[in-house]
Amino acid sequence: MNPALITRNDLLLFLGFSIAVLAMPIWLQPFGAAYPDLLQRFAIYGIFAIGFNILFGLTGYLSFGHAAFFGVGSYAAVWSMKLVTMDAIPALVFAVIIAGLFALVIGFVSLKRSGIYFSILTLAFAQMSYNLAYSVLTPITNGETGLQLTLSDPRHLDRILGFASGSPTLLGQPLLGFAGFYFCAGLLIIAFFIAQRITGSPFGMMLKAIKSNQTRMHYTGFNTRPYTLAAFVISGMYAGLAGALLAITDPLAGAERMQWTASGEVVLMTILGGVGTLVGPVIGAWIIKYFENIFSAFNEVILHRTFGFLPDGVEDFVVLVTSKFVGEGWHLTLGLVFVLIVVFLPGGVMEGVRRLHHLITRRSGPAGKPATRTQPAE
Amino acid sequence: MNENVVLHVADVHKNFAGLHALSDIDLSVEQGETHAIIGPNGAGKSTLLNVIVGRLAPSRGAVVFDGTVLTGRKPYEINQLGIARVFQTPEIFPDLSVLHNVMIPALSKRDGAFKLNLLRTLESETAIREEAEEVLHDVGLHERRLVHSGSLSRGDKRRMELAMCLIQKPRLLLLDEPTAGMSRHDTNTTIELLKKIKSRGMTKVIIEHDMHVVFSLADRISVLAGGRIIAEGAPDEVRGDPRVQEAYLGGAH
Repeated sequence: MNPALITRNDLLLFLGFSIAVLAMPIWLQPFGAAYPDLLQRFAIYGIFAIGFNILFGLTGYLSFGHAAFFGVGSYAAVWSMKLVTMDAIPALVFAVIIAGLFALVIGFVSLKRSGIYFSILTLAFAQMSYNLAYSVLTPITNGETGLQLTLSDPRHLDRILGFASGSPTLLGQPLLGFAGFYFCAGLLIIAFFIAQRITGSPFGMMLKAIKSNQTRMHYTGFNTRPYTLAAFVISGMYAGLAGALLAITDPLAGAERMQWTASGEVVLMTILGGVGTLVGPVIGAWIIKYFENIFSAFNEVILHRTFGFLPDGVEDFVVLVTSKFVGEGWHLTLGLVFVLIVVFLPGGVMEGVRRLHHLITRRSGPAGKPATRTQPAE
Repeated sequence: MNENVVLHVADVHKNFAGLHALSDIDLSVEQGETHAIIGPNGAGKSTLLNVIVGRLAPSRGAVVFDGTVLTGRKPYEINQLGIARVFQTPEIFPDLSVLHNVMIPALSKRDGAFKLNLLRTLESETAIREEAEEVLHDVGLHERRLVHSGSLSRGDKRRMELAMCLIQKPRLLLLDEPTAGMSRHDTNTTIELLKKIKSRGMTKVIIEHDMHVVFSLADRISVLAGGRIIAEGAPDEVRGDPRVQEAYLGGAH
């Protein structure tokens, strides 16, 4: 194999990831999550988290404002579908370009600082964007109501071509149900591939080196600003792509997508899954979206059915306690999971996977090997 | 002026809130020589080095490197001109492997201050990798090239940092106490290594406390005390200078 194109390990990881994503409708069946609407979200937020990790995981800059780029991507995609065509591809391209330009401006200013000051600057910019979208820029964003598609939209290109569709399409085919999911899944796989290439390239190594010791980078002859700005813009474009996909699968763009809670969510996803790993942020995104959509749907009736085998008094008590953690209380469960992971597995789910793998390979290793391994002190 | 002069520190002053850290510093380093700067603690040695590499701006005067004024330039620009620096506390990339630590400066030398090098993989950079392995052989870290550099001993970190500078083949190498905190054995290894580099004609400025190191390596010595150069010359001249004895060598040595 030509190592200039892709290394063997990267190829295996890529193939494994692609198969896992494409087979989601099968292996998520037992979890009750194999319906297109949720699967699409898994793919979309996976893209968002992968892009966020290029900035946070590789370069070490924690942005608290990435929802702004996600929201900009959504608005841009809806405008493309209102003015030009219902087709998804122009909407995606337009959204990625606009989000990239937006990230260039915000990144240029925010990257003048690092650490906590950088985080606060991105947060401030994102909240400004949210407020602009919510009130000042109502002609563009339709404020509180959110931007939606209507029958009276001009859609100039569609009109010229004599094509009419009530919902977003891909080359004339409607993107409904599983078609929508496979479209998002394909883009998730492409997004993963690009992130993998970035991580394995000399450019990716420079980003890791900036995270490791920026002072040494300066004295080694690197101008770190263009590197961090490039990472910022790339991750902003990923966020824009994810936002556009959400607008395509659910053609309504609202300002709440830009709120700080949405920015915080992608930080949680990345930390939960494993900062700096390729697969981790995607797993983190899946866990959070699963909790949000499945746990929040549990109610007392389901709980009574689940615990029906218990004696009556005990059953009522168990249902009373567990009901606090599901339905409206799903945030409580997610919070607990987050705390447990950060305390016991600071490297996220991926560190758990590594430890498990380590445990298994040691067990099945040669018998003469001592069970305890000396680890270098931190 | 002598046209062999590579680095010229011209009439540099540095004040910190009224404190004269450096006054009237005039220093010339010639091509190929090893120039040591010695002096008691607080004499201004590190300040002088920081002025040369652009970390500190001088209050007055200028630093000229091979006809280019360094004053006002950023550290990365100064490195791109051919000046590499070893720090008093090793500045390395602790999260990366030893090999990668040494490959990064080589990429800077080849690609310049910024390159959006996205279409290659690191594995395909075989020329850079071979170069890095060779330099790691020179400093005796080749067997440890795949180790996480943060877990190296302090002495090994210093040697790796030296390798990171050497791979750039700098025209001027600045060393800030390259053997501080090293065992006698490691110090001797480092001296041998620096002698080997010297035979290749690399110009060096060394700040050092250890007289053993200074007298083994230096062609010329400048003695700094109270922010001024009080003596300058060949090692034997400096050793015999009564002012130097008084200011520096008189005590512990």
